[in-house]
Amino acid sequence: MTNRIDNTFSVLKEKNRKALITFVTVGDPSIEDTHKIMNLLVDAGVDIIELGIPFSDPIADGTTIQSASQRALANGTTLKSILSLVTRFRKNNKHTPIVLMGYYNPVFRHGIESFCSDATNAGVDGLIIVDLPPEEDSLLRTIANKDDLHLVRLVTPTTDEERLSIILDGATGFLYYVSINGITGMQVIDEKTIEERINFLRQKTDLPIAVGFGIKSSEDVRMIQKYADAAVVGSALVKKIEEIGEFHKEGELFNFVRDLSETHVP
Amino acid sequence: MTISDTYHHQPDENGHFGEFGGRYIPETLMPLVLDLNKHYRKLKDDKEFNRLISYYSQHYIGRPSPLYFAERLTNHFDGAKLYFKRDELNHTGAHKINNALGQVLLAKHMGKTRIIAETGAGQHGVATATICALLDLPCFIYMGESDMERQSPNVFRMKLLGAEVIPVSHGSKTLKDAMNEAMRDWVTNVENTYYVIGTVAGPHPFPEMVRDFQKIIGIEVKEQILAAENKLPDAMVAAIGGGSNAIGLFYDFLNDTSVKLYGVEAGGKGINTDEHAASLSGGEPGVLHGSHSYLLQDDDGQIADAYSISAGLDYPGIGPEHAYLQSIGRVNYVAISDEEALSAFQLCCRLEGIIPALEPSHALAYVSQLAPSMKQDEIIVMNMCGRGDKDIFNVAKHLGFEI
Repeated sequence: MTNRIDNTFSVLKEKNRKALITFVTVGDPSIEDTHKIMNLLVDAGVDIIELGIPFSDPIADGTTIQSASQRALANGTTLKSILSLVTRFRKNNKHTPIVLMGYYNPVFRHGIESFCSDATNAGVDGLIIVDLPPEEDSLLRTIANKDDLHLVRLVTPTTDEERLSIILDGATGFLYYVSINGITGMQVIDEKTIEERINFLRQKTDLPIAVGFGIKSSEDVRMIQKYADAAVVGSALVKKIEEIGEFHKEGELFNFVRDLSETHVP
Repeated sequence: MTISDTYHHQPDENGHFGEFGGRYIPETLMPLVLDLNKHYRKLKDDKEFNRLISYYSQHYIGRPSPLYFAERLTNHFDGAKLYFKRDELNHTGAHKINNALGQVLLAKHMGKTRIIAETGAGQHGVATATICALLDLPCFIYMGESDMERQSPNVFRMKLLGAEVIPVSHGSKTLKDAMNEAMRDWVTNVENTYYVIGTVAGPHPFPEMVRDFQKIIGIEVKEQILAAENKLPDAMVAAIGGGSNAIGLFYDFLNDTSVKLYGVEAGGKGINTDEHAASLSGGEPGVLHGSHSYLLQDDDGQIADAYSISAGLDYPGIGPEHAYLQSIGRVNYVAISDEEALSAFQLCCRLEGIIPALEPSHALAYVSQLAPSMKQDEIIVMNMCGRGDKDIFNVAKHLGFEI
């Protein structure tokens, strides 16, 4: 079976569509709510789901995701409970790609080999480990790739050409362009810079390019999708989840996500 | 390469001390850290840079610090001869300023215009604020709210020195959270900001660089002990939080394998309880704040809160070089409880007229166990890495005094 991430991007390309990726912190407000939210996201038109593994010391995250992580940990969310959530989700959904996003220590502590095989068996398709640069990821990458998991590499505004070639060497799945210098949920993004950077990246790679950090509204998503293959909405969604606290179909959260989705162009 | 000189061939070019160390940081920071590494390589053997360091070390910090024969404690322990390396006599009262001087000079050389740092007890914050005042650079210190309460005199010191102290209200509101917040600042202000890490932790080259700025301690000791005793010490003892004063004392002696080295971690209320800060004695390997080392953590890889009576030791990690030195058996790591440290603190005040910081009080408590087991012609050197003025309120509280 081909990896669901590859599959999704190639199907979208055929339809000449761009992807919407959404990030939620697992276990905020509870694991069961995350399950409901995942189904809601798919119904609202989300193409790829990023599941945040909560970590006690999230150095790349702003206050929104920090607080969500703390709530999730206080609820007893663990890597095991996250993987079992994915297993349950997969019973009724065989096609939506799932990417686990988080920090290295929980993965390291779980044991890299058993983590990769457990994740694959649960139905995970990719990993983003924010504090694991290419220089340190060869162990995880080798084992992940053997298990048909993509280890997604990140590119930032500080990446120069020399660095980019290191990042692209061994990159699979898609490339995640971090749109701003900073932490999640911060400043406004600048369209001209995005255009320039994406064009630059296109010259160097055929991988699909996703853009994340600082994308808050359907306008932002549309703008990103003009240039990139996918837009990632994280903090804005996590904030909505915190505010709304109720996740039934056709409710406020559903409407928020449906507006972000390209399938729903008004 | 023989075994004995491998000690001075660490880390490798990617910052690995054996399996430990490395660079585990967000991609946004990678270009900066690589650039920092390049600048540091160029500067570390630069004549003018080293002239500036030794000029300020001598005339501003007051180096070399004395090596003092602690005669009354020696008689009291009735065993080995005890010497204190008096790094508490440095300007600002601890070894921290050796590192702050080196890094802020480096930042200035790199053209950085804004300095940030984290602090726990406040000693590293005060040292950084001091050098920033000296070298005219704006300085922002991240400090956990709990630590700000525990160490209010140091908060005021930093303010007097012109630094802005930024309270950190996330997580446990202590040192690790201050470090998280400093890293977030750095990721956000990549162009103009230099992050002065206070101990031998963080991504490469920090553990190596901080060690290099602290190794002057051991270099001086070697010269001083040879002058005083005409031989090397038999044992050396230093307290360990992140591990900068210990590596500073040990480094020049790593190849002298006749010298036994002891790193003393904070055992808090006991390493079998949840309340301690002994990452090596009571932790597991893991990755935090940019490097692979030993950490206090739960089974799911979440970082645990460290605890110690000493705010300077309650960090849940430890420098990667210490993890390496433990793995090869070159340094012995032991733990001392709050109680034992408090007794040593009082003993040192009464017998030597030196009020030690709570950090070296842990080292002295271990000396009190070690010295009696050694012969009278054997020598122990202990790093008196900080003075205790900052701790008197805390100690008074624990001893039941109101001041």
